[in-house]
Amino acid sequence: MSTLEIKDLHVSIDTEQGSKEILKGVSLTINTGEIHAIMGPNGSGKSTLASTIAGHPRYTVDSGSITLDGEDVLAMSVDERARAGLFLAMQYPVEVPGVTMTNFLRTAKTALDGEAPSLRHWTKDVKEAMSQLRIDADFAQRNVNEGFSGGEKKRVEILQLELFKPKFAIMDETDSGLDVDALKVVSEGHNRVHADGAMGTLLITHYTRILRYIKPNFVHVFVDGKIAEEGGPELADRLEEEGYDRYLTAAKA
Amino acid sequence: MTEITEKARIGAPAIDGFTEEGENLSPLNAAAGPLAGASAKSHSHGGGVGVPDSSRAGRLTSYKADDFGQLTGREEDWRFTPLKRLRGLQSDALVGTAPTVTVSGPEGAELPAGVVVETVGRDDARIGVAGIPEDRVSAAAWEAFKEATVVTIPAEAQLETGVAVVIEGTSTELSAQHVVIVAEKFSKAVVVLDHKGSATVSQNVEIDVQDGADLTVVSVQEWADDAVHASSQQTRVGRDAKFKHVTVTLGGDLVRVTPSTRFTGTGGDAEMFGLYFADAGQHLEHRLFVDHAVANCKSRVLYKGALQGKNAHTVWVGDVLIRKEAEGTDSYEANRNLVLTDGARADSVPNLEIETGLIEGAGHASTTGRFDDEHLFYLMARGIPEDVARRLVVRGFLHEIIQQIRVPALEERLNASLERELEAGNL
Ligand SMILES: Nc1ncnc2c1ncn2[C@@H]1O[C@H](COP(=O)(O)OP(=O)(O)O)[C@@H](O)[C@H]1O
Ligand SMILES: [Mg+2]
Repeated sequence: MSTLEIKDLHVSIDTEQGSKEILKGVSLTINTGEIHAIMGPNGSGKSTLASTIAGHPRYTVDSGSITLDGEDVLAMSVDERARAGLFLAMQYPVEVPGVTMTNFLRTAKTALDGEAPSLRHWTKDVKEAMSQLRIDADFAQRNVNEGFSGGEKKRVEILQLELFKPKFAIMDETDSGLDVDALKVVSEGHNRVHADGAMGTLLITHYTRILRYIKPNFVHVFVDGKIAEEGGPELADRLEEEGYDRYLTAAKA
Repeated sequence: MTEITEKARIGAPAIDGFTEEGENLSPLNAAAGPLAGASAKSHSHGGGVGVPDSSRAGRLTSYKADDFGQLTGREEDWRFTPLKRLRGLQSDALVGTAPTVTVSGPEGAELPAGVVVETVGRDDARIGVAGIPEDRVSAAAWEAFKEATVVTIPAEAQLETGVAVVIEGTSTELSAQHVVIVAEKFSKAVVVLDHKGSATVSQNVEIDVQDGADLTVVSVQEWADDAVHASSQQTRVGRDAKFKHVTVTLGGDLVRVTPSTRFTGTGGDAEMFGLYFADAGQHLEHRLFVDHAVANCKSRVLYKGALQGKNAHTVWVGDVLIRKEAEGTDSYEANRNLVLTDGARADSVPNLEIETGLIEGAGHASTTGRFDDEHLFYLMARGIPEDVARRLVVRGFLHEIIQQIRVPALEERLNASLERELEAGNL
């Protein structure tokens, strides 16, 4: 069993007006097999948390810690974090010119495992995962995310989740912009990996819709760079009815 | 055809403000004026309106260097070139030893059966078959060369293996060179011009793709670091002929390749691909011209370049001219650059001039992308180390051109060369 532990995390970014604090003391512990939903309004800092865990250079950690089984994640480079078992399904996956999906997936798998995957099995795995996620086979020959629709990009993120089998998956608004069919396909993809029992999930979302397909054990309400309330799945139902207004008035006051 | 001094002008003004029909009252209203020539009308698609010289149709061509005047660097076609680094190719006598020319099959193998290689004098009838020099440096080489190499693919020959023309420089004396490639009717062949060694050379390559022929010419510039190379590669594409031109420019201090392709019969098809990789201090320039002078021809242009290092400079200019006669033209040109480090500069200028509305299609694109932190983050977030990520992107970016060559041994060699370029830049 693994544990990803975030303690009193303070994060800021450089803006034209100087440094701006975005995360104002976030603490969160996720164990293997658990699904934590982070819900919050736009601009509350959800992506900041996700990107900071992955090590995006834009974010400066002012204080606090992130550890994976006791190892200092903040001391690791971006690729080291991935190799340690952290995976971020991005809210806005970038288009990478000149690199085909096939080449990219194989290169990443090789880097993550420290050795090249057996070609025969790998090709089969990729094909199977693509067809389960209803990704057209010819996407394999296209450049990474280049010209993919929003929904296709999200499916390709989950494709990687299935192929790379991380210890912890952070899904940053994977549900945003998906129609119901795509939402189901993507959720099933996550649930297949989850069923193996070797992964913990941090599911970031703005809406409760995805929680019908991916059942969280814990729900954290994120407002203004902090966790405003925590609870079980029932908290999501309350948010569904009441929205975030209650928290927003409190934050402003 | 030796000492020809005529100037070929197509509606070109000899002096600013004049057309062959008379004086323009004002360049700005030239297009609307009754006296405006063809060149003036085309400007709406090309460079600045009312600057007749900017039309490719009006560009001076001549066999005499002096007709072009001394270069100042302000000329439209020289404005990006550091003239000092031409070492006098533009001004001095080109009397030094030219690079040697060796023609064989691939990798020195026997020449494919039927291919004829000749060394001929200036008066050979095939010289001048593809065009008239389009700039001073090319004209200077035309005036200076003593003998030319002519490679002929005989009519209807379908070559199974390629023809390798190895051009190897051994000195940096100013020199001139002339090569003619003739693909006779209905022949099919791949010819590789393989430039290496040290040289300061102005070169004219003439390519005659006769009716129904299918010719691929790959020009590889893998010169030593001190080489200076100006290469005019003019092609005439005959009726229903197919021509593929691929330039690969990796080595040399200053390399300036100007491929011009003219359709002379209907139904012609031209593809022009190019790849360049500029390191610190290198100046690599490619100026294309596709002249749609007849109806129902198709052209596709794609050049891709990568740049890394301080003062790496690349220039790409793509002139596509669709003349009034060229109804049914289908044309597209694109240039894509990938800047890998700060301090490198990629200039990219597509010029599309269309003189008839009756075309299938015409388009152009130019992008200069930076391999940026977001690309790098995405790849690294999947466990890929930084150096591997950069190489993955560059290799992938340029592979699209390499795979056009379709000569496996050469593709392999060029892939290996690119690996070395990447390593040299510590990428
Ligand atoms: N590059 C940036 N420049 C300025 N402000 C930013 C930048 N990135 C994020 N922010 C600000 O940080 C806050 C949190 O953003 P984000 O983490 O994207 O929130 P969420 O994912 O919850 O919508 C917002 O107020 C946003 O405006
Ligand atoms: Mg977000």
